[in-house]
Amino acid sequence: MAKFEISRRKFLTSASLGMSGIMLSGCDAFDSQLGVGDGLRSFLEGANGLTYRAQRWLAGHDALAQEFTEADIRQPQRPNGVTAPDDDTYKGLLANNFADWRLEVSGLVEKPLSLTREQLQNMPSRTQITRHDCVEGWSCIAKWTGTPLSLVLDQAMVKPQARYVMFHCLDTIDRSLAGDIKYYGTIDLIDARHPQTILAYGLNGKPLPVENGAPLRVRVERQLGYKMPKYLYKIELVDSFAAIGGGRGGYWEDNGYDWYAGI
Amino acid sequence: METVARSQPTVEADAAPKDATLIYRQSSWTRLTHWLWAISLFFMLLSGLQIFNARPQLYIGKESGFDYNNTVFAIGAENTATGTRGYTEIFGKRFDTTGVLGWSGPAGQETSRGFPSWATIPSYYDLGTARVVHFFFAWILSTTLLVWLVASLINGHLRRDLAPRIDDLKRLPRDIVDHAKLKFHHTREYNTLQKMAYGGVLFVLLPLMIITGLAMSPSMNSVLPFLNDLLAGRQTARTIHFAVMVLLVGFFIIHMLMILAAGPINELRSIITGWYRTDPPAHGDNTSERSA
Repeated sequence: MAKFEISRRKFLTSASLGMSGIMLSGCDAFDSQLGVGDGLRSFLEGANGLTYRAQRWLAGHDALAQEFTEADIRQPQRPNGVTAPDDDTYKGLLANNFADWRLEVSGLVEKPLSLTREQLQNMPSRTQITRHDCVEGWSCIAKWTGTPLSLVLDQAMVKPQARYVMFHCLDTIDRSLAGDIKYYGTIDLIDARHPQTILAYGLNGKPLPVENGAPLRVRVERQLGYKMPKYLYKIELVDSFAAIGGGRGGYWEDNGYDWYAGI
Repeated sequence: METVARSQPTVEADAAPKDATLIYRQSSWTRLTHWLWAISLFFMLLSGLQIFNARPQLYIGKESGFDYNNTVFAIGAENTATGTRGYTEIFGKRFDTTGVLGWSGPAGQETSRGFPSWATIPSYYDLGTARVVHFFFAWILSTTLLVWLVASLINGHLRRDLAPRIDDLKRLPRDIVDHAKLKFHHTREYNTLQKMAYGGVLFVLLPLMIITGLAMSPSMNSVLPFLNDLLAGRQTARTIHFAVMVLLVGFFIIHMLMILAAGPINELRSIITGWYRTDPPAHGDNTSERSA
């Protein structure tokens, strides 16, 4: 008798739990627990750290993203996010074809840099036909040409305490009470020094168009599109991003996306 | 029909502990992993539908066609003379799915969204959160599958209960007829269709789900570049991932119907406590050979 009563109680408990799960399925019940900073959300986000470590362990530092052939380029690269920055600074730079634009390299480096487009383009370049995977689910194959980020970092001589490369962009992605929010993002030094991580100024054999991030955008081929900022003007070496923006390492990260986007 | 009526246990019958037909059928490993899968799949489905909503189209190939058409499935909304309508397009054939797919919500507050709010986590549009939930449970699901595989190899569940035998093939036609007539035999062993369904989920659908999931990861793509080629491209992998989801939902529906038809108390008890009531020893009826 006792045995049955326990099993009946268990049955009723699990049945009612199961039923309420089904009834609530749209799960307004979970909505309130899943905001950025909520306990449950932070716990679930722990899985991203696990994914990061597992994929770093499997892929190592230098495993290359798949590259494709010219025949795989069947359409222009689909632009996404901001495609025509409305910022005065950007429009001013665009007006004289980025002659006054500079790439600043600063932060935890021995030798801060300020590079013109010509200086960047005179450095050794890499051209790769890769697939751009957007977090939304779509993919697009295109040919990218640019300066390997590792060469720029070597020139600036990164200090040993630096842990992340932060990209600062010219485009306003959002507005808040505190003012305009410019796009920004961070990657670790492993991806920053990855052979396919380039500062791209060419797309499909032509100069990078405005909609795709002119004059310079990042390609981080082992991660999703939101980790590849456009309209770049400053690279900053940092040991932490906790004090910047929302403290999660990027504009989209501050809005709930995982910092590591290798999946 | 007579068999069904007789075999459905009543609460009174269950209360008799001395009943010789009560057997310990499911090990604690089987029960624990079963419920971990149930919970994981529930969250993965609802967060997965939310992720799909970010791009409610499926393609065949390495990339998504924007300047050409390689779309095989799409959910969307369009303006018509009678107002906004939701549609679902499968291989170019369009169906009106207003209220559920494409255009849904409370009356007067409908919005354009792939799957409706009641089918997604969170209920509002939030791709980032859905990904957090999805990948958390992806780890739980995969780990559980691995634990189950190892435990089932060691405790004999795999060899004893799931491995198909020659007999299973012989029984198949009869099994199909019995299921169609909703005539269930309560034995320790799984019947042929059960073996096929459980084996299919555990050895085909769930591994395929994990493989196509990994094929969508740009980082895994650098580790296993052949995986995408094998699956005919990342976008094909995404389409397969979705199709397998549909099959898993189909399995779930049939699984629930079969449990209801075969006696839900007895079936639920066996997957919660492990104890299962088998049919009483037969008196010359057709259950004897099956229970032997």
